[in-house]
Amino acid sequence: MAVLRPAGEFDSTYARDMATVRRPWQWLLLLGFIAALYLLPLYANQSTVALVNRIGISIIAAQGLFVLTGLTGQISLGQAAFMMTGGYISALLVTRAGAPFLVALPLAALGAGVIGLVFGLPSLRVKGFYLVMATLAAQFILPWFTRHAFPELLNGAQGIVVPPPEIFGVKFNQPGTYLYLTLSVLIISTIVAYNISRSRLGRAFVSIRDNDLAAELLGVNLFQYKLQAFFLASVFAGAAGVLAAHNLRHINSETFNLSDSIFLLGMIIVGGLGSILGPIFGAILIELLTEAATLFGPFLVVLFPAAAGGQQALRPLFFGVTLMLFLIFEPRGLAHRWRLWKAAWRLRPFSHL
Amino acid sequence: MNPGDIHLSVQNVSLRFGGAQALKGVSFDAQSGEIVALIGPNGAGKTSLLNCLNRFYQPDAGARILFEGHDLLRTPAHRIPRLGIARTFQNLALYTGLTTLDNLLAARHIHMRSGLLDCVLYWGRAHREDIVHRQVVEDIIDLLEMEHIRKAVVGALPHGLRKRVELGRALALEPRLLLLDEPMTGMNQEEKEDMARFILDIHERYKTTILLIEHDMGLVMDIAQRVVVLDFGVKIADGTPAEIRDNPAVIQAYLGTTV
Repeated sequence: MAVLRPAGEFDSTYARDMATVRRPWQWLLLLGFIAALYLLPLYANQSTVALVNRIGISIIAAQGLFVLTGLTGQISLGQAAFMMTGGYISALLVTRAGAPFLVALPLAALGAGVIGLVFGLPSLRVKGFYLVMATLAAQFILPWFTRHAFPELLNGAQGIVVPPPEIFGVKFNQPGTYLYLTLSVLIISTIVAYNISRSRLGRAFVSIRDNDLAAELLGVNLFQYKLQAFFLASVFAGAAGVLAAHNLRHINSETFNLSDSIFLLGMIIVGGLGSILGPIFGAILIELLTEAATLFGPFLVVLFPAAAGGQQALRPLFFGVTLMLFLIFEPRGLAHRWRLWKAAWRLRPFSHL
Repeated sequence: MNPGDIHLSVQNVSLRFGGAQALKGVSFDAQSGEIVALIGPNGAGKTSLLNCLNRFYQPDAGARILFEGHDLLRTPAHRIPRLGIARTFQNLALYTGLTTLDNLLAARHIHMRSGLLDCVLYWGRAHREDIVHRQVVEDIIDLLEMEHIRKAVVGALPHGLRKRVELGRALALEPRLLLLDEPMTGMNQEEKEDMARFILDIHERYKTTILLIEHDMGLVMDIAQRVVVLDFGVKIADGTPAEIRDNPAVIQAYLGTTV
């Protein structure tokens, strides 16, 4: 399917042809949407704001997987472990070294990137299923490390109490204020993820995903680019981990676990692999389902008293069923649906052209 | 490189897969700006030879492959295109999830300079570079008459067009030596003639040395200036199309009769 442009719109330069936001009204819509998000605390209640906060953090972590799995085709089950790494580094920098949050955040993200790069080394030798098992190692080794290494620093299984972020004297200790932080990082991460996908780097990544043999014979250094993908993915995870840890005010080896890694992978599948919109749609849907599971749980117990205690199982249940339905009916995810709707809208009233 | 200079020199290439001898002491030269056809019955070792040139296979000790003075057997696979060698594949190896345009741009990789940070920012260099290389890619799209599929995802294109996109992708590397592995398989007569025309256009416009594997003898005899014949991994003939046509060893290899 070729790219459909609204009728009567013609480009006269390559720069225009490549532009993303193409019309003044699109700019208006985009900026209006971002403004509406920033103003959310003014018109929404606290729990909604907290939910948007969680969604934002999930999107950032999922964008890492978009780069690694969606673009480069390397499946990873270690994304949550790299979130934990970022969270721990930031917590240590702020509590032990007294670093300001604005310094700790990028340093922690880069630190997680370096750790991710190390765990990406097996990708040079193994692919697919075997790589999944290799990245799974991160999910076991890193939490084990935080539980057992440097007890005086990492405080073992107890974990670390993380102070709320403080930037230029302003404390971000309410969901309403924390949202500004999450949204700002989210905007940057979205721009970065999109830039990666449309540039030389992204094309090298996709060429590895679609045909690694041809990519190498066409001059792409697989070694270099696979490691760059792992690095970038873990930087996203690290940044998300920092935000999550400072939001929860606490971090230990259980804060980010294997099921989080699986959920993140599920998010980009449901959202659409290889599309910049994938992590956004996917994270929103999965987080809303989680919320629904939390709300629905008590009702379930009232309706079926015998199911008492089983309401925690609703979250994985909803997730599993959703993922299965998507894999069967829309394996290309919500982003693909979105493209189809957009195309149908532009072709109206001749929707079958 | 002047026309007539030795551009590619394949010397004593042998390749063994376990007990099977795929190539046995194959040597030949290609002159600069020449179209050399590599022919032979199925299993003769033609693709294996290309794979040795690409460093996908490692030939046995004693082999030497020289290209413009570079020893290819001492070059890692991903550096080969930087020396000026590009290839297409017998069974297509396109980036099926990308559009025609992006497939060609992806091949510009070796000519682009923007690094990790440039790409993450996409401000200045990375953006400028994309526009400059877009121009180069558009020229190739013009040459191969692919304007209508510019923004079509390659996975959805018919076989004949995919072959053409793959040729375009190889061209986007700006090679001085083009290796074409059966560029006309699965095509009808009209598509074959189109492809032959494109190959001749490329040859005339860029003066590229072309090493071509093809089974369609009529076509080979028409466009090749020299023909190298392999049979069971051994070179059995090397000469102009006219010489090859009357060569008894070639006739025997193809028809199995003693003449």
